[in-house]
Amino acid sequence: MARLIRTEKEVEGRYTEQWIVVEEDALDQWPEGPLTHVGRDVPRIDGAQRARGQAPFTADLQLPGMLHTAVLRSPYARARVKSLNLDAARSQPGVRGVLGPQELEQLTDEPGYVGHAVAAVAAETFGEAQAALDALAPEWEELEPLLDPEEGVRRSSWVNDGPETYERGDFDRAVAQADVVVEAEYRTQVVLHNSLETHQAVCHWEEDGITIYISTQYIWGIRDAMAQRLDLPPDKVRVVCHAMGGGFGAKNGPGDYTSIAAELAQRTGRPVKCALTRREENIATGNRNATIQRLTAAATADGTLTALGGEFINAVGFAGWSPSTEGPMQMLYSCENVRTTQYGVKLNMPPNAAFRAPGFVEGTFGLECLLDELAAKLDVDPLELRRRNYADSDRIDDRPFSSKNLAECYRRAEPHWAKRDEIRARADGPWKHGIGLASQIWYGGGGPPSYAWIRVGGDGRAQVVTAMQDIGTGTRTAMAQIAAEELGIPVEHVQVSLGDSARGPYAAISAGSSTVPSMGPAVRAAAADAKRQLIEIAAQRHHVEERVLDIKDGAIVSADGGSWPLTEITGLLEDGQILGKGARGPNPTGMRVLTFGVQVAEVAVDTGTGEVRVDKVVAIHDVGRVINTLGASSQVEGGIIQGIGHTLSEERITDPHTGAPLTRTLDAYKMPTIADVPEIVTDLVDVPDPHLTNLGSKGLGEPPIVPTAAAIANAIRDATGADIRSLPITREEMLRALREAEERAKERDKVAAGSA
Amino acid sequence: MPDLTINGERHEVDAPVGRSLAQTLRETLGLTGTKVACNEGHCGACTVLVNGVPTLSCITLVHTVDGAEITTIEGLRDHPLVDAFVRADAVQCGFCTPGQIVSASALVAASPSPDRDEIRHAMSGNLCRCGTYPKIEEAIANWQG
Repeated sequence: MARLIRTEKEVEGRYTEQWIVVEEDALDQWPEGPLTHVGRDVPRIDGAQRARGQAPFTADLQLPGMLHTAVLRSPYARARVKSLNLDAARSQPGVRGVLGPQELEQLTDEPGYVGHAVAAVAAETFGEAQAALDALAPEWEELEPLLDPEEGVRRSSWVNDGPETYERGDFDRAVAQADVVVEAEYRTQVVLHNSLETHQAVCHWEEDGITIYISTQYIWGIRDAMAQRLDLPPDKVRVVCHAMGGGFGAKNGPGDYTSIAAELAQRTGRPVKCALTRREENIATGNRNATIQRLTAAATADGTLTALGGEFINAVGFAGWSPSTEGPMQMLYSCENVRTTQYGVKLNMPPNAAFRAPGFVEGTFGLECLLDELAAKLDVDPLELRRRNYADSDRIDDRPFSSKNLAECYRRAEPHWAKRDEIRARADGPWKHGIGLASQIWYGGGGPPSYAWIRVGGDGRAQVVTAMQDIGTGTRTAMAQIAAEELGIPVEHVQVSLGDSARGPYAAISAGSSTVPSMGPAVRAAAADAKRQLIEIAAQRHHVEERVLDIKDGAIVSADGGSWPLTEITGLLEDGQILGKGARGPNPTGMRVLTFGVQVAEVAVDTGTGEVRVDKVVAIHDVGRVINTLGASSQVEGGIIQGIGHTLSEERITDPHTGAPLTRTLDAYKMPTIADVPEIVTDLVDVPDPHLTNLGSKGLGEPPIVPTAAAIANAIRDATGADIRSLPITREEMLRALREAEERAKERDKVAAGSA
Repeated sequence: MPDLTINGERHEVDAPVGRSLAQTLRETLGLTGTKVACNEGHCGACTVLVNGVPTLSCITLVHTVDGAEITTIEGLRDHPLVDAFVRADAVQCGFCTPGQIVSASALVAASPSPDRDEIRHAMSGNLCRCGTYPKIEEAIANWQG
């Protein structure tokens, strides 16, 4: 039955309270552990299609008569457009449409960052469109940009309503009374998503509506946003995304390019593609913003945390949102006194966008490094310090966790952690070895609404129909496993039809680690609905009671030993179909649904050159029931590899005087290659969350990237005694930290000699 | 007019000077399995074989490969590497995968049982943002089943 509830909805750590119509989730969870299909290694059902280059990406789409777009983007961080020769561009070869700043809300004549869209040209070929940009001959009046985040704080330049403060207990008093206090400032850099398929859309007007083919993480979000921008009823906007080449948080919305393509398509009467170049991708599609974190931790001599505090500056950019960099400090430990202030600074820099656990990656780096600095000062084992401050309930509002198996993660980390002395003993000349760990907390519970349909045909095969997207995480396969498990048929007999808002019901965003926890339960409910109908038919056909029937391995089986092939029952349908429908039920009320984990990193540091090599990362995470153990290990590895890039090599470097990003190509912006990958061990606790949906599954896309930077930095401290304070850990940063550690040691020796 | 043998079939392509091999394959011939991700020779997504040698088709002018034998992912669809990649889950979003398989096919042709270092050396020009690398290494190491 449908029910109207008022509930908190969480996406990427942002909560809003809203009315939601939900349906009851009446199914009991499956038993723990591997089942027939769920909880096992299942190769991707669309793997061969992707591997053979047959998956239909937006980048591959060529519609008859399609025009191509080039966008004039501001070369200045802050400027005014004095003149622009739109007519000259219109008369260039092949040009069919030109848009100036006054003609579309997404274009501006007062750009606020390098890369801000000013004008756009549609032409027969991309080369012609690009060439016509020169004819625009823009004249600019350069204005003084605001680039420094601390100056932004001084000027109260905010992207939101201003600083957000939080306090529980009495932070100042707890610091004053503590046995030990550590303070440190951490900085994290801007990193870029750089999905291999750049942001792009093809817009095609037909009759009174528009079809948008787009590389997106959220079909329905694009539909709603574009309906609003175009002033159309949402059902006049059809959004299609069958395959997309990576998102990582940057493809949640329509951006500027979708509106540019839609407007040019309307004006020209032709389909229009607006595909960003790699260099545009590096300036104009969002980023993980830089942070400055000034942190304090206080504890009693036995290692009980008595206070945590921090000022968190998010250098957000010209637009965007201020992620909760302070979240881990508020949530990870059982600390009575916590005070945080977060500043979301508006600057003349490219806007940020969600990037795989936004805020928590940065905040966990600061907090978990600080914890190890505290452990060193207290002379307490870092793993023991974390156990001593374990939170048994959510400390923000004292809610119980729906499930938390972080203690089990710590237990599984022990054998790796126990190798500390052995690893340190590998030191050889300038190369020092060490091991470090860091904990992970993040969201990932998903939520309603989300729907799925299933149709079972006369051949006994099932088709899952839902307008969700598979952004490369393997959700298509996970949905097939869930449907096959419930229906008692082979995975190969399940087809999953998704990627089209006109062909299936609403499905959730693929962000915030929410796809499996949001969509999985809806698919299972739909499969259960179809199964119930199949059993009703079988019961009538064989004159037995429904309650004694089940479907297993493609056969209707009876408790008394009877067994009939499923196709014998479905064959009765001929061209008829069994139609099942399912909805995602509500999240447990009054509980906090979170994911947890710990990573242990082994590193080697060349103390002569500052080179850092990650040798091994052990990733132990608690994300509830795991649907596809093979795909899950790939998610973990991918998150850690992105984390290693974030930690060691990736940085969007910006000219501090002009605000121009200097790293706009994939040779300048250094992402990990296959040669940079350490041994990665994935260990998932795989216990269903008993309170969360009919699956007990949480999401896994984001958790693995959260603790990686801190685990590596802590391993570096273990190896060398050096305190890393800034990402990426370039050789320069590594050598600075080593020099500082050396000076500290000399100082200590001097004091010791003086007192002797 | 460049005369190319693509996946065993001869094509005379009418291409203006300056047209890349990737454009010719994707736009003229509809062979969209070859992906273009950076269009400046940095990422490896557009890799094809030119006379057996892995080549970045986005920065190769089509006129410079006149008379050459070109192999694209479309010519490797039945290569055992495809199955090896799927079995190992060496495919996430799949945008870099065709280029990975083309590069890997040249490696295993030259060295049927490549060791870890050979794989890492041969494959380090193919970027994967999803971080599928461990599975790619596994797939190539076990490509013969």
